[in-house]
Amino acid sequence: MHRVKTTVFALSLLTLTFFAYTPRATAQGTVKLEINMGQERPRIAVPDFKTATGDPQTAPLDQVFNQTLWNDLDNAGIFDMVAKSFYPAQQPGQPTELNAKNWSDPPPNAGVVTFGNVGVNSGKVDVQGWLYDVKNPGAPQILGKQYREDATPDNARLIAHRFADEIISRLGGGINGIAESQIYFVSTRSGTKEIWSMDYDGANQKQVTKLGSLALSPRISPDGSRLAFSGLTKESWQIMMFSMDLGRTVAFPRFSGDNFSPAWSSDGTKIAFSSSMHSGLSEIFIADASGANARRLSTGKGDVSPVFNPKTNGQIAWVSGRTGLPQIYVMDADGSNVQKMTDQGYAVSPAWSPNGLLLAFSWVRKYGPGILGGEDIYLMDIASRQIVQLTHDGGRNDFPSWSPDGRHIVFQSNRSGTEQIWSVLADGTHLQQLTRQGRNSQPNWSFK
Amino acid sequence: MNYSKRHWSLILGMLAALLLVSGCKKKTTAPPPPPPTPAPTANLSANPNSIQRGQSATLTWSTENATDVALDGNKVDPSGSQTVSPTETTTYHLTAKGAGGTQEATAQITVAAPTPTPTPVATPTPTVTDDQLFAQNITDVYFDYDKADLRPDGQQMLARAAQMIKQKGWRVQIEGNCDERGSTEYNLALGERRADSAKQALIQGGVSADSIKTISYGKEKPQCTESNEDCWQKNRRDHFTLLH
Repeated sequence: MHRVKTTVFALSLLTLTFFAYTPRATAQGTVKLEINMGQERPRIAVPDFKTATGDPQTAPLDQVFNQTLWNDLDNAGIFDMVAKSFYPAQQPGQPTELNAKNWSDPPPNAGVVTFGNVGVNSGKVDVQGWLYDVKNPGAPQILGKQYREDATPDNARLIAHRFADEIISRLGGGINGIAESQIYFVSTRSGTKEIWSMDYDGANQKQVTKLGSLALSPRISPDGSRLAFSGLTKESWQIMMFSMDLGRTVAFPRFSGDNFSPAWSSDGTKIAFSSSMHSGLSEIFIADASGANARRLSTGKGDVSPVFNPKTNGQIAWVSGRTGLPQIYVMDADGSNVQKMTDQGYAVSPAWSPNGLLLAFSWVRKYGPGILGGEDIYLMDIASRQIVQLTHDGGRNDFPSWSPDGRHIVFQSNRSGTEQIWSVLADGTHLQQLTRQGRNSQPNWSFK
Repeated sequence: MNYSKRHWSLILGMLAALLLVSGCKKKTTAPPPPPPTPAPTANLSANPNSIQRGQSATLTWSTENATDVALDGNKVDPSGSQTVSPTETTTYHLTAKGAGGTQEATAQITVAAPTPTPTPVATPTPTVTDDQLFAQNITDVYFDYDKADLRPDGQQMLARAAQMIKQKGWRVQIEGNCDERGSTEYNLALGERRADSAKQALIQGGVSADSIKTISYGKEKPQCTESNEDCWQKNRRDHFTLLH
C-alpha cells in the first residue's frame, strides 16, 4: 500500500505540471506547484523504534509512536519514504547498532535514516531518536533528541509529532513541520453544530464550544490562544471569541444585524468579518482584534468570507454576489483597488496560501438551475490568474484551508456520502479522510 | 295538598262546566283555577357585574319552591353565593326546578381586556387571536434559485401584510432562508438579502423600519430536508414571526 502511494507521489512530483484553466481567456497554461520548495527530495528510511524496556506499556506505546512518526513523515510530502520491505534485517535502536552501508546501498538506497528506541520507566515514556545521513560516513549525525513524558498513548503521539517536526525542519528547506498543528471544524455530533478541534492527522478530536444553538466558521488566532467563530444568539449572528487558555467564551463586542465569517490577520492585530450592521445586507468590515474601531470596507450585496493575505496583511480576498452568482474578489485592506478574480460559475470560500502567492477556493465552474456540476477545490496563482483543479473525485468540496507549511489543504467533502473533513497535499496526492462521526464541515488549519 | 280538597274542586269544576256548556254555548268559559302548587322563583345577581380580565366577581342567588337548583348545569344549594373569574364576558344561568315548574334567572359579567400599555408605538400584549391572525395572513414568500428578488405573488402578499401590520401596530421578524445547495457562509448572506427584500416591500407599504427586524438563517434551519426541487423550493423562503 505504502509502496504504491510512494510511487504515485514521486511521479506526480517529477512531472508537476498541470493543465490549467484561465478564466479570462480560453488559453490554457501551466502552473507549477513546488511542494518541495526546490529542494531535492530526501529518501528516508524509518525503521520501527526498538522497545528498550520490558514494562508491559512499552510495546503498545512503541507501536503508537512508530505509526505516528511514519505517518507524519509520509504526510509531510517532502520525502521519498523507503518501503519497509527493503530494510536490512537488523533494526538499529542506537547509533552503535546502525550499519550505515546496509542502508545507503541498494535495495534501500536511503539518504537518511531515522531510528531510536522507546522505553517506559516509572510511569514515564522515554524516547531517544536520531537522524543519520548514511551517505556521509564522516559526520553522519544530523539530529539526536531525547524526550520524556507521562506514559500515555497521547504523549507517545505528541513525542512522535515533535520528533517528526524536528526532522522536517532540518530537511524541509527551512519550513517547519505541521505535526503539532491543529484543525478546528464544525461538527454536529453533540446534536447541534459546535466547534471541535483535532490534531492535524485526525487524532484527538475534542469539542470546544458548547453554545447549544449554532456555531459556525471557526478561525483560530495566529498564536493559537483565541478562537473566533460565528454564533447564533436569540437575536442575531454575532462574532464570538473563545479563549483556548481559559476554556470559555470571552467578551467580544456585539454589533447590530447579523455578523459572521471572521478572519484573522496573520499578525493577530485585526479581524475582518461580514456584517449587515450598516445596510441590512452583508458587507465586509475590519476591526481591531478586540473588536474596536470596526469600519466598513466593501459595499456589496452579499459580501462574505474575507481572508487576509497572510504574507502582507495588505490585501483581503472575499466572496461577493454583487454581479449575480458569488465570485472571488481581492481588495487592499483599506477597501481600495477591488479586483474580480473569477468570472463564471459559483466561486466561494477563498483561502490564501501562507506564502501569499495562491488562493484556494471552492468552485462550481458551470452552475445554474438544472446543472449540478461538481463543486471542487481549485488553486489560483494570483499573479498569473492561472487555475489548477485540486479535487476530482466527486461530491461537493468546500472550505479549503492551508496548512502552516503551505503544502497541505484541508477541506470538507460529501464524497463519502456525508459531509466530512479531508486533507490532501497541494499537488492533489495523499488524500485522507480525517473525520467519520456525525457531519463535519468548515475546517480551519491553525497558523502553526 | 290534600286529596279530598282537590277531588271536590275537580267535581265542582266539572259541574260548573256542564251547566255553562248546556246553558249558553256562545259565552266563553271562566279560566280554570290556578294550580294550587306555587311555581318556583329564582334570583341571580353578580357583584360587580363588570370586571377586568384577571379580576373576580361574586354571584349570589336565591330560590323558592324549588327542589332542584343548578348554576350553569352544576347542582347548587337553593340559595348561596360563589366567586368567579371569567376571562371573557359571560352570562350565568340559574335554573330552579320544583313541582310547580321551572324558573330561570340570568346574570351577566362583562369582562374588559386590561388597559393597553400607554405608549402607542409599544407592542400591545398579543392575544392568541393576534398570533392566529398573523399566521393566517402573513405567510411565507418564496424565491427563485439563488435569487433574492420578490416574485409577484410575494409582492401582493406583502402589500396586504403591510396594511395589517400597520393597523395592528405589530413588530415583525423576517427570517431569510436558503436551500441546501450552495455554501454555508454565502447562503447566510443570500438569506440576508431575501429578508431585506421583504423588509423593503413592507417599508414601501408604509410599515415603519423600526418595527421590522431581519435575520438570516442561511441553510441552517431547513423546513424540509430532502434533496429535490420540491424541498429546495420550500426552503428558499422568508418566514415571518410576530415579535412579542
